[in-house]
Amino acid sequence: MGALLEVSDLEAFYGPTQALHKVSFSLAEGGITALLGANGAGKTTTLRAVCGMVERRGNVIFDGKPISDQSTESIVRLGVAHVPEGRGTFTGLSVEENLRIAAYTRRDKAAVAEDLERVFSYFPRLKERLSQQAGTLSGGEQQMLAIGRALMLRPRLMLLDEPSFGLAPLIVQEIFRIMRSINERDNVSMLLVEQNAALALDLANEAYVLETGNVVMSGPAAQIKSDERIRKSYLGY
Amino acid sequence: MEQFIQQFASGLANGAIYACVALALVMIFVSTDHLNFAQGEMAMFSTYLTWQLIQWGWNFWLALAVVMAVSFVIGVLIERVILRPLHNASVLSSVVVFIGLLAIFHSMAGAIWSHTIKNFPSPFPNVTFAGSGILGPHQIGMIGVTIVMLGVLFAFFRYTSLGLAMRAAAQNPVSARLAGVNVGWMLALGWGMAAAVGAVAGALVAPMVYLEPNMMASILLYGFAGALVGGISNPAGAVFGGFLVGVLENMVAFFGNALEKSTGVYLIGNGEKLSVALIIVITILTLKPSGLFGRVTVKRV
Repeated sequence: MGALLEVSDLEAFYGPTQALHKVSFSLAEGGITALLGANGAGKTTTLRAVCGMVERRGNVIFDGKPISDQSTESIVRLGVAHVPEGRGTFTGLSVEENLRIAAYTRRDKAAVAEDLERVFSYFPRLKERLSQQAGTLSGGEQQMLAIGRALMLRPRLMLLDEPSFGLAPLIVQEIFRIMRSINERDNVSMLLVEQNAALALDLANEAYVLETGNVVMSGPAAQIKSDERIRKSYLGY
Repeated sequence: MEQFIQQFASGLANGAIYACVALALVMIFVSTDHLNFAQGEMAMFSTYLTWQLIQWGWNFWLALAVVMAVSFVIGVLIERVILRPLHNASVLSSVVVFIGLLAIFHSMAGAIWSHTIKNFPSPFPNVTFAGSGILGPHQIGMIGVTIVMLGVLFAFFRYTSLGLAMRAAAQNPVSARLAGVNVGWMLALGWGMAAAVGAVAGALVAPMVYLEPNMMASILLYGFAGALVGGISNPAGAVFGGFLVGVLENMVAFFGNALEKSTGVYLIGNGEKLSVALIIVITILTLKPSGLFGRVTVKRV
């Protein structure tokens, strides 16, 4: 398995404030990598920097192509789907429109319909709510919608920003189970940002721990999970 | 009674034009949060272009179609070339640019075609028919063309994927980019479409107000009023608001005249139409600041 995403010396800035300091990591094709760390460690910024949503410097190589100087929308079209913090729901559009928007440049109607069916196979609940305004969905359903919208892009890599945020434990379990089956059935690699480290380490194969914009620890997820010292000092459980 | 119906109907006809202008304003507002003060002057300039083509012997509808396309391109270019660099600038900078554009289009029209008032031909045949005393052929045409245009726009936004992308970009630009939508171009398209809608509004109203560089000044004001009353964030509401303002101004004059006739007391007449319409607008906005159909925006601070 080669690296699908290679990030080296990535720096990111919010105006004059530097939020990432030479962050490097890589993600194997078909793998799930977790980015862990406390609030303000730079996890969300790392995802934003990968898909060009903040000012950044450094190298980002996706599938052998440098993408660090491309616009967000072209990175997205290369197959990098970002499921943002807060879910990014188009609240005034219907559930169906929320899904179709991700396929709007595509002319192949049959394939789009097929992709919709694929989303429904993972999230049957979205099919029941097809014509409902997306803003009226529950938090868990909106998270499903966000992942569904990302799937409509036929991604090879999904960037997931706190998919468990604000959701009841049962819903979180359901969503993580579905994420695993998306990873296995559709071979979608994932870069996962989570506050809930235990949950993320169960799903991921690799993990990186960030602290104030630096990578302070990395390794196979199982190893980090079993290392009590790391857990206590960085992950807080 | 017949006079009442006549006033009401011609209010609807004027309202159709206000609705077009209101719609053009809203189309730009929903995606950029800016009110384009130059919208009226852009429409006026387009109307001069149409007039010029007609003078050269072109058919009205062909001329209008070509000018719509040209206006669309001008609108796109204005967004891409002039407003794009101001993307992150303060609201005031954009306002100054809009006022600058207003002045530029105004003086260009005056310089090219002179400030003298010109006749503008109506595209609709001047025939008499049952009911033409209530609503003349041009007014009926105005309402008809507006309704067709609104229908086409509605279908475009509702049923095409480009329309969906434009709505998505207006609602949530960050998410739209993450869905692969080129938000910058969607804004430019919105500008282009607003300019084309303005071209239609100008060509329809010019036969009634005559062609001169100031022709759109009061119409833009009514358009603003309509957009604000209906809800500046709601295209359908803005259209309704446009019609409402058109009818209101005529009703005010009608009842003022009726009052004067029956009691001899002059309270309100044609001259006060604009003021009264604006007073009504202010009243509605005081009671309901987001307009009749606007959604209330809550900003987290």
